[in-house]
This record gives sequence, C-alpha cells and structure tokens, in this order.
Amino acid sequence: MDLTLRVWRQSGPDAEGGLATYEARAVKEEMSFLEMLDMVNERLVVAGDEPIAFEHDCREGICGSCGMMINGQPHGPQRGTATCQLHLRSFHDGDTVVVEPWRASGFPIVKDLVVDRSAFDRIIEAGGYVTVSTGSAPDANLIPIPKETADLAMDAAACIGCGACVAACPNGAGQLFTAAKLTHLNLLPQGQAERYQRTEAMVDTMEDYFGSCTNMGECSTACPKGIALDTIALMNRDYARAKFRNRRS
Amino acid sequence: MELDAKTPSGALTEAWDNHKFEMKLVAPHNKRKFEIIIIGSGLAGASAAATLGELGYHVKVFTYHDSPRRAHSIAAQGGINAAKNYHGDGDSIWRLFYDTVKGGDYRSREANVYRLAQVSVDIIDQCVAQGVPFAREYGGLLDNRSFGGAQVSRTFYARGQTGQQLLLGAYQALMRQVHLGSVELYTRSELLDIVVVDGRTAGVVVRDLLTGEVASHAAHATVLGTGGYSNAFYLSTNAKACNVTAIWRAHRKGALFANPCYTQIHPTCIPQSDETQSKLTLMSESLRNDGRIWVPENPGDTRRPDQIPENERDYYLERRYPAFGNLVPRDVASRNAKRMIDEKRGVGPLGNGVYLDFADSIARLGQATIAERYGNLFDIYERITGEDPYTVPMRIYPAPHYTMGGLWVDYHLQTTIPGLYAIGEANFSDHGANRLGASALMQGLADGYFVLPYTIGDYLAPLLGSEPVPTDHPAFKQAEAEVADRTRQLLSVRGTRTVDWFHRELGKIMWDYCGMSRSRAGLEKAMSEIPALRADFERDVRVLGSDETLNQSLERALRVTDFFELAELMCRDALEREESCGGHFREEHQTDDGEALRDDAHFANVAAWGWTGPRSQPVKHVEPLEFANVALSQRSYK
Repeated sequence: MDLTLRVWRQSGPDAEGGLATYEARAVKEEMSFLEMLDMVNERLVVAGDEPIAFEHDCREGICGSCGMMINGQPHGPQRGTATCQLHLRSFHDGDTVVVEPWRASGFPIVKDLVVDRSAFDRIIEAGGYVTVSTGSAPDANLIPIPKETADLAMDAAACIGCGACVAACPNGAGQLFTAAKLTHLNLLPQGQAERYQRTEAMVDTMEDYFGSCTNMGECSTACPKGIALDTIALMNRDYARAKFRNRRS
Repeated sequence: MELDAKTPSGALTEAWDNHKFEMKLVAPHNKRKFEIIIIGSGLAGASAAATLGELGYHVKVFTYHDSPRRAHSIAAQGGINAAKNYHGDGDSIWRLFYDTVKGGDYRSREANVYRLAQVSVDIIDQCVAQGVPFAREYGGLLDNRSFGGAQVSRTFYARGQTGQQLLLGAYQALMRQVHLGSVELYTRSELLDIVVVDGRTAGVVVRDLLTGEVASHAAHATVLGTGGYSNAFYLSTNAKACNVTAIWRAHRKGALFANPCYTQIHPTCIPQSDETQSKLTLMSESLRNDGRIWVPENPGDTRRPDQIPENERDYYLERRYPAFGNLVPRDVASRNAKRMIDEKRGVGPLGNGVYLDFADSIARLGQATIAERYGNLFDIYERITGEDPYTVPMRIYPAPHYTMGGLWVDYHLQTTIPGLYAIGEANFSDHGANRLGASALMQGLADGYFVLPYTIGDYLAPLLGSEPVPTDHPAFKQAEAEVADRTRQLLSVRGTRTVDWFHRELGKIMWDYCGMSRSRAGLEKAMSEIPALRADFERDVRVLGSDETLNQSLERALRVTDFFELAELMCRDALEREESCGGHFREEHQTDDGEALRDDAHFANVAAWGWTGPRSQPVKHVEPLEFANVALSQRSYK
C-alpha cells in the first residue's frame, strides 16, 4: 500500500515548524506505524535529508516513550493502543496521514515529534510514592488487601506516562495522569498514611504545568491503557478532603 | 591476572550474614561526604539509587531516556521469583538456590546464587510496602504462579505487567530521593566513557542528547546498571535503545567481560512477519502454564490448526519431557522449537513458528479465567498479528531476549576496576549459562536494594576524607576529547548506507552463527565477516545532522560502533567454550538425543576477557567454579 504522510518538522524548541509531505510507498499492512517511519527515515537519509525525530523504545506499548497525533488523534485511530502497537492495517491504500507532536503548553516541543514530558516526573516527585525505606518493610502477607481493591489499584497503576491524556484534552490538562497515580496509591492500605499530603502536593504541582479540567473525558478515550475517568472524581474528592485535613491552624 | 571473587568462607547459609558483619561501614553522618554515580535507571539502577540516597549518600543518576520510568525493565511481563513458600508446596531458599544453579547449567557461583535466593523474600516485602499491586487471592493474600524450570509456585506477578509495576515502585522511591535532594537526576544523558585515574574509577563522561554537550562527572564510586546486549542481534525483544556502550567502554578501560557468549533466546516470542521488522515482541513465558505447545506430526502440513486432528499433532515438549512438559527451562524450549522448524514442521505463513494452544485451558477453566491471567498478552498478540488467540492458537518462535554474560564482578558486585560496580543484567554473576524465568527482576532488585548498598560501603569507608578526582584532571579532559572525536568522526564519514542497515547486517551474522546453535565453522565465518562489515561501516556509514542538537542517528551510530567490537568477542568466547551449556549450544557437543553436553572437567569456569586494544586479540582469564553444595549432574527435565 502507499500512504502520503504530512509530518510536523521543527528543528528545535524555538524554531518555526511546519508540515512536510513524504510519500511512504510500498509499505505493508503488517508493518507497525513506527516501522513505516523507520523506513521513511532510512529513505530520507539515503536521499540526504535529516530523518524525522520521534521517541520510541520498547515498541510493545509499555514504556510510554512513543506518542504522536495521528490524524488529530493521540496514538491514532485504534482504541487502547500506543503508537508503537498501531499497525498499518488500520489505514487504507492512498490515505493521507497527518502526524504531529503532542500539543500542550505543559509539553514544549523539543524537535519534530519529540516533546518534553518532564512535568510528569515533577508530579511524581511531589508525592507519588509511599515513604518506605529499603529494608524497613514488614512481611508482605501481613496486610491482606481485598482482591477487588488490588485489582482497582492495578487498573490505575497501568498508566504508562505517555501523555496522550494531556494531548487529547482541549485544555491541556494533566488530571488523568495525576489521578491514575493517586488512585493507585490512595486505594491501597500502604498509601493511607500519606494520602492527603500526597494528594495536595501532586495536584498543586500539576496545576503549575497543566491546564484545568472541565470534564470533557477526551483523556480517558485517548488513553492507551484505558485509565478510567472516575479516577479523576476520586482525586477531586481526596483533594477537597485534603484541603480541609491539611490546613494548619 | 588472578581473579579474586572475594567469596566468603564458611557455610553457604551463613556466608552473607557473616560477611555483612565483616564488611567496613560508613557512619550515617559520613555518608553525605561520598559521591556515587549511577548509570541507568532500570530496576537495578533505580533501586540502588533510591536505597543509597535513603542511606544518605550523595547520588547522581544518569539515563538516556526522558524519564527514569522508561527503562526496559518496564517491559518484563511474567513475574518475580521469591522463596516465600506462601503456598506450602515445598519451596525454600535452598530450593530456589538449587533450581537457579541447576537452571544455569552449573555455570554460576554458588555463594552469589544463595545470597540471591536469601534476599528474594525481602524484595517482595519491600515492593508490597511500596504499593506494588501484586495479584491477590480472594482472601487478600498474595497469589503465585509457576514458571519454567521450577516445580513449585514461587512467582509473584502483577497481571502481565510485573516489570512495569516493580520499576514504577523503584522509580517512585527514586523520585522521593530526588525530592529530598539526596539524588540528582540527569535525563537524556548518555555515558560515553569511564575515567580511571591511578587504577581507580574517577568518574564518567556523558553526552547531553539535546545539546550534544560533553561533560565530566566525578565521584568516589560509579555503578553501571545499564542492562544487557541482546541488541547485538539487531532483532531482539529488547527496547530499541538498549545497548552495550556503558559496559563496553568500561571493558575498554580495564573491566573484564565475562562469558559474553551466554545469551538467552526466549522461546515464546511472536515470529518475524517481514524483513522490515524493527524488533520482536515477547509473549510472557507464563503463558506456558496454560498453553500447550505443538506442531503438526507431518512435515509440510499447511492445514489450518483447527483442521489438524489430535492424533496428527505432536506436543513435542510433553512427549520428550514428561516431568516438566511445557515448563522446561527456556534454553530447552527454544532449542526444541528450532528443531521442529528445521524439520519443516513449522507453522504460519513463513513456516517460522510453533503453536501455543489455549483451547484445552479455555475448556477447563473458562475464557474469563484465561482472560484474567493473560488478557493483556492476548491483546498484544492480536494487535500485532491480527489473529485472536482465544480461538486460533498463538504462533511463537524464539528470539534473543537476555544476556547472562556481562562485566565480571566479585561477590561485592565490583568489577576488576576498583570503584566500578556492575548490577543487574549488566553483570554476569547469578544466572550461569541460562537464566530461569522471573529471575531477572529478582536479581536486578536484589543487587540494587539489598546487595550493593552494603558492599559499596566496604570500598568507600577507607576513602573517608578524600575528595573525588577533579573533573579538570587531564584524564577527564582526554576522555572528553576522545568522545568529541568519536562523534565528529562518525558525522564526517558521509557514506551511502544508514546506521540501521549496518546494524541489521551485523544482526544477521550473529543470529546465523552465534544464535541458538553454534559451530566452529560458523563462528570462524562470523569472525571473518564482522571485521569486514565493521570496516565498511567506518568507511560508508551516513550520519546526517550535527552533534549540537538532538540527533538520534548519531546516538545509534555510537552504539553500533560498540556492538561491532562486542560481537567479535561473543563469537570468540563461543568458539573457545568447547562444550554446550545452557544457552550456549555447540553443535559439536551434544548427547545422542540432542541435549546440551557439558564438559565439567575443562569448562566448569568463568571466562573473563581482557581488552588489549582495537584489532588486537583479547586475553582470557579463567575463574574456576567450585560446587560444594550442589552435585554437578546432567540436567534432566524428563
């Protein structure tokens, strides 16, 4: 099959960018989207043009490195799929495909399709952990956790930190990412001691980088791991409680 | 060189406890006076950094990713072993130790492996306390599954994303230390050289991947947690960026490289579909718990699987190995799959797979149970192949996955360069010639959480009061200049072929001659082809762009340069190890029914190679392995 790509090229953070057109000829539907970009890049190099910069690593949908807007959708047309797991069988011969970086003020563009997502690290750094130094833990089976609770925590913990939620949001909000980690830790017995400090610190840090949530729900639809929207409700409830509990007299 | 493994004397069961008491300590208030550099933020690197930061050391962590959470440990699916015996099925520290030594085909150090089994139980406690959402039973206690090479259930798991959850636990512990200021984090920074001054590790030279700036960092000790080198084969289950550069540069500076030929070919990967494929995807070995592996009885049978009647199927693992069946260790499963393909009994459009069939389990347990256990793996499979594994058997084939070889380390995880440590997959220490499933996560976290934080103090204590070598020392300046030269050199070739083209060609040579089965003739052929290809690379590679911005081709070119040198050493090691053991299978050395045939009289040892210069023969040092607790025997899983 043949595809026409319109790819965002931008040489650096402060440079002006624009869409460039590339023909991806004789690609196969078994190929992944990134393998097609590899092929385009190899042809660009042979032709003497600098290849398209894009992030990727594990290529099995778990590291969260990859991510691009494909025809206006984060990670492209297939639900529950990171860009690296998208295959060309999702497209038709002759399609034009527009490929752009995540667009959000919290994710400045580094080059071409690469953006800076370090704001996510800052949110985790603010409180996305349980304070337990190595060697101080009691026996693992000392605290039984109902299976349902463990499963719900795992659902939220499945977040890969790719940033599709922010890219999908009309407000560029970071709620789903933040709520996923808060839900994971706040549901578990191990996370209770720091629950409200954690919630306030992470939400406040999130606000420093990202826009406001207006419950559009685009984030959850775009999420390759299907993180549920109700994690945000849990976060908002805990944040309201935190503001009350954490107040200093 | 006399290799001193510093293995403690005395009874195996007490060695680590006694040794912890004997090692020198750094007092809590003195720890902040020490600088430690950690390269890599996977399970080993992140857990070490978090723990050393908690102890009070001043730590700098470097990763080439944009965030420490991206490290490839995240992709481990199946689980982590621990001798908890929560299920009362006869597990114990001794049994985990025994299984690991046997699974490694008697090519690992007893004392190291015993310590690994001992601390395995602490790892689970630590991770649960961090909030790692392991699978649980309805009563709220932890669930376990069984894995290849074991007859007990000792594997803890978090759906098919155990590596992800363990890595995020370590990453979060690391970020807590970043928040507290004990750890400084350098992302998008790649190590390009190690600096040695007066026989000790002085620090590292790193390149900022966004600006190309080359900078030096000095410390009292440096730790490499930079993973393995399966990408020497180009196509592997490793992430695209996984590379050998950090440990290879250490090797070039004097660290011995042990058992480079010990590579693991994982039996359950999705077969290659096409020439342009960029990497192979693993399906967790845990699938072998409930899936049955088979091929058609008759060669060249192209019928659809549902049209092949039961009596014309060959469940070859169950037939050949009744005791372990589909749960034989990885090396055995992989070699048997290769044999089926070689007999033209392979399945799929290219005849390059064997079936992994869940029909019986779905009939026995119901689709919901199978979906709960493996749902995400089935999804991955369907996305890649377009086939539904609930109704059509999966097709699988072996792929390079893990490397047991790595930098030689002693019992303290210290390399042959004082002050330089290697942890996790980057070292060679615990898995012998074959790693058991669910043991990589165990070893990475054991090294980082529970071993290195003790042993590094023994090295640092006598250095109290000394400052790190300043980064304006001529050795640092010289290393920086060499790094800059290397990048400029690659950019100046302006040849005709891409970096990936060369990497693919190198991978083909390695897979054909140094892959699942190896022969003298093949290895000699590889050793003549690799230098020729490398010469072509140096003359004809095309790397565009500059070294002052993000340049992914340049990053890859630097990594491939080191893979070329490593590949030759892998072949040499495979050639000189005149026996078959674990993942190293020499066609000349097999039993009558095709099993690996060890030669304990000559090769019950570690081959540790020393660098002597480019295009010069490496020199082999030998560390004999002594087995006082486990009797050497022909491995049998029948």
